[in-house]
Amino acid sequence: MHKRFLALSIAAFASLIFAPAVAMHAQYAPVNPDELEVHVDGWNRPIPRIDQLPKNSAPAPRRDISGTWEPAEGWRNGVQAQGAYNYPMDGKHPLPYTPEGEKAWKEHKYGDGFGSYPLAEVNDPFKMCDPIGFPRIDLHDLRAIQIVQTPKKTLVVYENDQVWRSIWTDGRDFPKITEPRWYGYSIGKWADDYTFVVETTGLDERTWIDNTGRPHTKDLKVEEQFHRVNHDLMELTLTIIDPKYYTKPWNALDKYPLRLQTDSFDIREMVCSESEAEIYNKEIAEEAAAAQNQKNQTQKDQNQKNK
Amino acid sequence: MNANVKSIVLVTIVLSLIACLPLLAHHGNAAYEVKTVTLKGTVTAWLWTNPHVLLKLDVKDDGGNIVHWVGELVAPSNMINFGFTAGTLKPGDEITIVTSDVARSGAPIARLAQIVLPNGQIMKTAGKYDGNAFARRDHEANAVK
Repeated sequence: MHKRFLALSIAAFASLIFAPAVAMHAQYAPVNPDELEVHVDGWNRPIPRIDQLPKNSAPAPRRDISGTWEPAEGWRNGVQAQGAYNYPMDGKHPLPYTPEGEKAWKEHKYGDGFGSYPLAEVNDPFKMCDPIGFPRIDLHDLRAIQIVQTPKKTLVVYENDQVWRSIWTDGRDFPKITEPRWYGYSIGKWADDYTFVVETTGLDERTWIDNTGRPHTKDLKVEEQFHRVNHDLMELTLTIIDPKYYTKPWNALDKYPLRLQTDSFDIREMVCSESEAEIYNKEIAEEAAAAQNQKNQTQKDQNQKNK
Repeated sequence: MNANVKSIVLVTIVLSLIACLPLLAHHGNAAYEVKTVTLKGTVTAWLWTNPHVLLKLDVKDDGGNIVHWVGELVAPSNMINFGFTAGTLKPGDEITIVTSDVARSGAPIARLAQIVLPNGQIMKTAGKYDGNAFARRDHEANAVK
């Protein structure tokens, strides 16, 4: 009887707390996208969602990661709007910052995730269509990629921002870097028949590591491990090594799963256009900021009056 | 039904409600607040652009004045997977929108959860975060406790 009373009380309490919220949202509750989404390629053809493709767990071909790949958990899984997949900006995934690293991060006013800034204050370089750069291209809006292997280099072609990276495999060493690049300088080696390891240096420090402004110096070294598990599946691990800003290396991605998509999949355009970004910034950010200023002014006038 | 069974049922209900909390939580962006508003109006622009698709809509307010609303959606790369295209709407279309968030500042700017097309068809999107709440299945494992 006592238990029953307790349960009833909890239920009554819960309905008081939750009922208004549930009722308010009942009609337009957030929709589980899995129930709504189709998957359409760039040719506007509905194609099976990657998680619904027939599985082929045959062994992977030797020293071969070529093909079109998508996040194995579905096309939206690589968006990473709130930061690198393994370290989302949710207040629960602190990074091993050095004091300088933390200071640099605080200067980056990002627009998504825990502690994000109002749109009008956001100083994300990608917002004005600066190149998204590496490694952010792996850590923000990672959608379809195509990997092309040639005898001397491997190319990674990205849906996001319509960019590619060249990874040299001809045995060369890094150049004496005098000119940092948005996408750096990359060298790849096979650690074994199924693991392709890529090191990248010479990265432009204007770029952010992810969508929440994690910073890096020009000495950043990134290690990527493309490990092909079987015919269908490849895991990407991405490690950030930048001792000036981080006291130890951290894995922004840890065995992040990618699945082989059908080879007739057309990768659609997703390009940051300056004129489009300008419209967006004007319509959304500036308008909201102007209204906020007006609101603040009205409040001030009101306070003045009340004095 | 005996008391034990009843308790289990009730506790299950409570736990389900708690499990719903993340879905009701704030979307996180400081410029918006969660608010559901239904607005009827006339499309003046359907901008199929990056980073996000924008809808401009003229809406008559209670005083009969025209208010120029701007609706923010998500990237075209996402919208296509919810059945939208660059040709879904055109200026002059009479439609209804349902917001998920509106600008904190009071500006007529909103994020949209639904659009009811001129033919009555209801189109839904996953909202601002491109479904991250649904996509992240293994994050908690990495959280610092």
